[in-house]
Amino acid sequence: MPEMNTSSLPDLIFTILFFFMMVTTMREVTLKVKFTVPAGTELEKLEKKSVVSFIYVGPPTDNLRAQMGSSTRIQLNDRYAEAREVMDFVAAERRGMMNQAEQIISIKADQRTQMGYIIDIKEVLRKSWALRINYSATQRK
Amino acid sequence: MAKTKKKMPGLNTTSTADISFMLLIFFLVTTSMDTDKGLTRHLPKPPDPDQEDATMDIKARNILYVRINAAGQLWVEDEVNGPGYPDIRELRPRVKEFVKNEQNLSKWPEKHVKNIDLLGQCFVTDKHVISVQTDRGTPYDMYFQVQNELVAAYNELRNELSKQKFGREFQYLNNEQVAAIKQYYPQNISEAEPKKYGGDQ
Repeated sequence: MPEMNTSSLPDLIFTILFFFMMVTTMREVTLKVKFTVPAGTELEKLEKKSVVSFIYVGPPTDNLRAQMGSSTRIQLNDRYAEAREVMDFVAAERRGMMNQAEQIISIKADQRTQMGYIIDIKEVLRKSWALRINYSATQRK
Repeated sequence: MAKTKKKMPGLNTTSTADISFMLLIFFLVTTSMDTDKGLTRHLPKPPDPDQEDATMDIKARNILYVRINAAGQLWVEDEVNGPGYPDIRELRPRVKEFVKNEQNLSKWPEKHVKNIDLLGQCFVTDKHVISVQTDRGTPYDMYFQVQNELVAAYNELRNELSKQKFGREFQYLNNEQVAAIKQYYPQNISEAEPKKYGGDQ
């Protein structure tokens, strides 16, 4: 019985691999805050990933709680930050962008966050001229 | 000296498939396919330091106040219905009624004639403002749900208008049609405190 010709199998797998590399994005940061984003119905997709920067808001993750406590924190890139540091973060993110005018800031905040934190962030974003924002959420049926 | 040409042995490629499988699995694990979704909003421009009085003057009849207190309670007031604590489900119809002002009530947003491309002469309420105020202690989820309802109300109004005028849903319109509908129903959601004058008799 002749063996099956498997010489094209690697090519096949490579094609799948490339497909996945195209449609997925690398996870950029390790999350240091826990959050469950709210659920909404009128959501829009973030199409252009290259102009989106994320701000995470929530209590520290379980393994960091012993050192950091359980009050709400803001995470920019890989570390905790204060609301006023958002300005530098926005400027740094903007420098690396092709279409600086299209910059979008996506706020991924926990449902139970108090609005004070969000108000502060929004105030700084306004001052930094980052006016397009997106409240990250999950789709509700 | 006759040397028979030896047949070159082929490289054993049976494991290439396994290698690429491993690469594939590596990518599957380290990447995420989830498309990010969210509610898109536009913040107002930062206040101009040269300009002293940047507060807008808006007639009381044009404002719908939506406030959320630290306990997450919703409070809505307009000139017709007065203040009250409605359920979040009642917010959407109330906003729609307010923005539409179908009967042209004198206590709801003023209507005036506006010339819009594609739509012609329209009787619009584009001076209305929905003023959202929150406490620093308001839960973010409640604020988000209110924003979601407001956007939903506008989307429904725009959808109704676009079905009536163009026979299609808003999302299938072309750019000029979208611009026309947006002029008819502009999203005026303010999070600053607008100053009011008149109409308090």
